[in-house]
Amino acid sequence: MKILVCISNVPDTTTKIKLVNENTDFDRTGVQWIINPWDELALTRAMELKESTAGLIEKITVVNVGKKENEGTLRKALAVGADDAIRVEADPKDAYYVAVQIAKVAKEEAYDIILAGIESSDYNGAAVGGMVAEMLDIPSVSSVSGLFIEDGKVSLNREIDGGQEVLSTELPFVAIVQKGISIDPRIPAMRGIMMARKKPLTVVDAVEADVLTGFVNYELPQAKSACKMIDEENAGDLIKLLHTEAKAF
Amino acid sequence: MNFEFTEEQIMIQQAARDYAQRELIKDVIERDEKAIFPTHHVKALAELGFLGMLVDVEYDGGGMDTVSYVLAMEEISKIDSSLGVIMSVNNSLVCYGLEEYGTEEQKQKYLKPLARGDKIGAFLLSEPEAGSDATKQHTIAEDKGDYYLVNGTKNWITNGNSAGTYLVIAQTHPEKKHHGINALIVDRNSEGITVGPHEKKMGMRSSDTHSVMFTDVKVPKENRIGEDGFGFKFAMKTLDGGRIGIASQALGIASGAFERALQYSKERKAFGTELFNHQSVAFKLSDMAVKIENARNLCIKAAWLKDQGKPYGVASAMAKQYAADIAMEVTTEAVQIHGGYGYVAEYHVERLMREAKLTQIYEGTSEIQKVVISRSLLR
Repeated sequence: MKILVCISNVPDTTTKIKLVNENTDFDRTGVQWIINPWDELALTRAMELKESTAGLIEKITVVNVGKKENEGTLRKALAVGADDAIRVEADPKDAYYVAVQIAKVAKEEAYDIILAGIESSDYNGAAVGGMVAEMLDIPSVSSVSGLFIEDGKVSLNREIDGGQEVLSTELPFVAIVQKGISIDPRIPAMRGIMMARKKPLTVVDAVEADVLTGFVNYELPQAKSACKMIDEENAGDLIKLLHTEAKAF
Repeated sequence: MNFEFTEEQIMIQQAARDYAQRELIKDVIERDEKAIFPTHHVKALAELGFLGMLVDVEYDGGGMDTVSYVLAMEEISKIDSSLGVIMSVNNSLVCYGLEEYGTEEQKQKYLKPLARGDKIGAFLLSEPEAGSDATKQHTIAEDKGDYYLVNGTKNWITNGNSAGTYLVIAQTHPEKKHHGINALIVDRNSEGITVGPHEKKMGMRSSDTHSVMFTDVKVPKENRIGEDGFGFKFAMKTLDGGRIGIASQALGIASGAFERALQYSKERKAFGTELFNHQSVAFKLSDMAVKIENARNLCIKAAWLKDQGKPYGVASAMAKQYAADIAMEVTTEAVQIHGGYGYVAEYHVERLMREAKLTQIYEGTSEIQKVVISRSLLR
């Protein structure tokens, strides 16, 4: 069994975003790039499955569509424990373009399980996983918060309103995973970091694909207004402020 | 010249930061308050490879360079310098000493489990009457032919109770003064060893500091490190490297306190605006930032010299003295910026201030570092 984990390269979640070029781009100076947190959880679950099903999972591959500067992120995924990495050389513009590239990689190696984070923490597109499944004509399961393999059979937990549903599926399939798929992202051990450099990181050319969406510009969310403290003796003002300022009722 | 860190160095820094900020932070205040040894964290850091990160892969270590070690020590010590000192003693005193000066048999038998973190080590040099003046060893290792008979007391031993392997410095030939001193590898479970009660310390309360008494402890001859009489030189050489660890720990304490003070200054308001907008606070933070940057550069420089195989004893003394002294200054200012909040445990900076004090004392006081530095000026 082979697992493909899709890795998005995103700014550290604490990054302060500064817009430039008339709000069509953001300033990348000093930005620390990380593995998209949901993808990191997906990779962690893939590692756990590999370790708990001795010999069943032949390899875990990580894939990213992006430029050379994304290789640090792929190297970290290798340090965490992926067996090899593929970078599709491209400057991706939208989800469809990325999905076409990943689908091609997935098809060539015939991966059995494809894991994609529910969304990337930068653009929050939440589209690639589903598109990849459609392009490959294989099942996809969304909002997966549990993935198990027992006796070679796969079962998935899926979050639904007020509860969970348990599904089974045939291989191959795409699981679009969210929080809960694993508890904490795995921290790479010293040995993993050492070995990462020796593991294969293959760069492949992008295939032709349409770009179906384009960004017009970005807007930063409105800054949160400061917290207003009310003295104990003026507690009645709270109701007034909720009515007049916050317009809560 | 190149100030860029490598991909691996950054990964190690991030791994240490992730562990510290995700795990160590959870119980650091409670462990400090109740002086609880962090057994589970030591195990987790061992699994990640931090306890023997400088040891060659051949001996089950991480095979990392000293620059990575500085980065990791800083990140761990920002949150919890008790873990920092456990890591430092194991890596740069015990493992380094064994790897550099031990025999192949000693490395196979003692270094490997220490590098894996299956056991941790302790370095037993200080005595009730031998601190800065380490030549005055009252602990005796009497030569009995095929073994040494060890008697005496060691003080302030980090990992004193939790260690499985001790490196003990003791006098064999008092007439030869410090040239008669030996370094011995001693199994913690040897007959005749008594570990004293846990010292109630001002800071780093989660690390276990004890006195250790030796009464007719038999140590096989093959456990001596180096030639007969090499012990004092061994201790001094090992402490050269140890200083880089403690300097980086002090750096971490300072930068941990600075980060908290900076954050607080951006949130807390006084006289209608955030503290940071008051120049008296902004300038304090500016001074703190400069000191930390200097300390970091000194630590990295000393580590780099060591990695290049160049002499680093003076550089590590400079790093240790400066980083320890500024850790005390920076943590004191961090408490000041926090005002009353800084004086309570919840805000961490009072603990960091207590921890900073020790870095000016152990593994060579700031004054002893000045002895090392000033002597080098005359050469």
